[in-house]
Amino acid sequence: MTAPQTRERVVKALEGIAFETIDARDGMVTLRVERAVLGELFARLSDRAGFDQNTLVTAVDHFPAEPRFEMVWQFLSYDHNDRVRVKCSLAEADAHVPTCTPQWPGASFSERECFDMFGIQFDGHPDLRRLLMPEGYLHHPLRKDFPHAGIEPDRLYREWDKKRREGWQPNA
Amino acid sequence: MGSLKPVEGEGVGFLATRVDELINWGRKNSLWPMPLGLSCCGIELMAMIGPKFDLARFGAEAARFSPRQCDLLVVAGTMTWKMAEAVRTIYDQMPDPKWVIAMGVCSSSGGMYDSYAVVQGVDSILPVDVYVPGCPPRPDAVIDAIIKLQKKIEREDPLRRILKGPEQKPDLGTGETFKQPNAGVARTSLDLHPHDPKAKIEELQK
Amino acid sequence: MTTKQVFEYMHHAPDHDDPVHGAPMKVNMGPQHPATHGVLRLVIELDGETVTSIDPIVGYLHRGKEKTCESLGWHKFFPHTDRLDYVQPLINNVGYALACEKLAGIQVPQRGQEVRVLLMELSRVMAHLIYIGTTSIDLGAVTIFFYSFRLREELYSILDAYTGHRMNNTYVRIGGVYADVDENVEGMVAEFLRTAPARIDEIEKLLTANRIWYDRNRGVGVISVEDAKRLSLSGPNVRGSGLAYDLRKAQPYSGYETYDFDVPVGTVGDAYDRYLVRMEEMRQSLRLCSQALERLKKSKGADVLTEDRRYVLPPKGDVHSSMEELIAQFKIVSDLRLPKGEAYHAVESSKGELGFYLVSDGSSKPVRCHIRAPGLMNVQAVPVLGRGRLLSDMVAIIGGLDFVMGEVDR
Repeated sequence: MTAPQTRERVVKALEGIAFETIDARDGMVTLRVERAVLGELFARLSDRAGFDQNTLVTAVDHFPAEPRFEMVWQFLSYDHNDRVRVKCSLAEADAHVPTCTPQWPGASFSERECFDMFGIQFDGHPDLRRLLMPEGYLHHPLRKDFPHAGIEPDRLYREWDKKRREGWQPNA
Repeated sequence: MGSLKPVEGEGVGFLATRVDELINWGRKNSLWPMPLGLSCCGIELMAMIGPKFDLARFGAEAARFSPRQCDLLVVAGTMTWKMAEAVRTIYDQMPDPKWVIAMGVCSSSGGMYDSYAVVQGVDSILPVDVYVPGCPPRPDAVIDAIIKLQKKIEREDPLRRILKGPEQKPDLGTGETFKQPNAGVARTSLDLHPHDPKAKIEELQK
Repeated sequence: MTTKQVFEYMHHAPDHDDPVHGAPMKVNMGPQHPATHGVLRLVIELDGETVTSIDPIVGYLHRGKEKTCESLGWHKFFPHTDRLDYVQPLINNVGYALACEKLAGIQVPQRGQEVRVLLMELSRVMAHLIYIGTTSIDLGAVTIFFYSFRLREELYSILDAYTGHRMNNTYVRIGGVYADVDENVEGMVAEFLRTAPARIDEIEKLLTANRIWYDRNRGVGVISVEDAKRLSLSGPNVRGSGLAYDLRKAQPYSGYETYDFDVPVGTVGDAYDRYLVRMEEMRQSLRLCSQALERLKKSKGADVLTEDRRYVLPPKGDVHSSMEELIAQFKIVSDLRLPKGEAYHAVESSKGELGFYLVSDGSSKPVRCHIRAPGLMNVQAVPVLGRGRLLSDMVAIIGGLDFVMGEVDR
């Protein structure tokens, strides 16, 4: 399905919701919305526009510009064979968005990853834990103010290693 | 067994050798590897056990997936700090005597992953006997490492181990003395990053 | 299952107040476990031998690839894409290159695309052979491992002769591929295409009608098309459920629309169907390879790399003799810039939809490089597929979903 057809379908499905379409370089239909309408937008995209798969949930960090984060969702419709991208800007102090797991359970891990990597809260996610970094890790690695080589990367291991030494006997 | 001497007797043949050489001979030809396939190198490790390279020629094909039955730990692939606890536990669970091969550059030195999640060489948490470079090393290189390890085992003194208890290998990675091998090395490619916030952080700290 | 139920299966353990069955038992599987295909860890709650809930814990191979891409730059990330799904490095290469090309707005020459198709399809066979080999070991058929690796070694030799390394080839560049195929390699591929179908039949003879293989896979991990879509599954896992959706047909790239191949689908959506789909996909890949090889014979001598010197290194001979070319080479190596904007491109990898989402601000470093890994979504499906099954079925489910941790954790 070509981009104009997709745009027409999306615009029809999102009647009454405030959004603007922007021209992406790759030609994908891209919507920019405010956070307040996201919950309704997800429901409409899922039920009326027929987007039945969540492809990705991620964020882009524009540090030190404000608003700092730009959330990106991408959805695929198998029946119409087309994609749509949704974007939403977030300030650092107020980085939370509604979850889209009620419509697309498959977005669960993507949202957990986004929380892990950027520290963005997903309201309503049933199990928002770190996904890739261990429990107890202090930082959000994909933020631009986090150095590539990490901050004390071995901290958790050293804590574990101390415990191991205390209770560990080589010949036991 | 260098000093193997046939002794002729009446109708019966004898072989005379030293006990430690006999033990070493047995050990080096029946290494039981624990294939710790962490990433890409794990696939080459599989290829090594597979039909073309056939690790059985060197007596090291009896791969066991329980560390309690193994004496050769092959760390094949990138080790992250999250995985390091599991790797160290596996090493601790292996019975003595035990040897370690760091297969691939990632486990030897961190390799191309100079990032926040990757351990810069398994030797920061384990004593390593043989390092194998390559990303991933060709199976021939790992077979060469096993031959080198066999030569190393030949030189060991197992009787001392039996009489005086197991040798204490240097226990690396002790909390306070631990240093990342690459710490302090200038990361020029990163310093040039347009988004590099290092300057920004320093400014804020002031 | 409704979407709501799928959602509940993923996040809520059932009530354990049942006085008959007593307290559940927790079993930890991994991160070092032979049947988890790498460093996956599953915390499984059991009632007797029945699985009541599963919590997959990933990240044991998280190497920070996305951060690395943001620090390194466009060209220098190619070796890192190899090590994403390390059983099929060349498909990852092409996926990343296509996303960069979309951003740059350049076209790959015809012959370059043909070489890419040939390499990608050989890689797909390699990836599926790993699936067959490891899954069959997990289910107790060690012989298959040796059969699949014998075939894989032949592919290794081809790639070794062509790209210079057995694995992790880093052969694709923005705008084409690094170098042309020579006749030697063409001969090797032709020989492989001649012998491989019989070898695949051999594997299939050992497995498809095998009583143990059949019983352990049939009816295990059944998922409907609707659930698979909502769970973000793609590739052979959704085709196994009966949906003929292949990105090579649906959103073609690299000229796949001009090739003749079929998309195999399953009927039930269980592990056995997914196995059959992958076996057939290998044969279709061989078909594609032979078509690509035919075309390569016709287009001999044409360019494999685009002429656009903004993104492509100048020929090595010119660099040694001309100052301008030397400067051009230096500029591209140290400071390749892609236009401002964003682009997403997805390719059909052996695990499903492998996508790269790139954001550029016009500088030499990407602002964001997000990798949409099909493997992560496949891991996500383990709790839904495994609940209510026996513990021993977990091995078949994990094997059947087919993921590689390098790509799951990135």
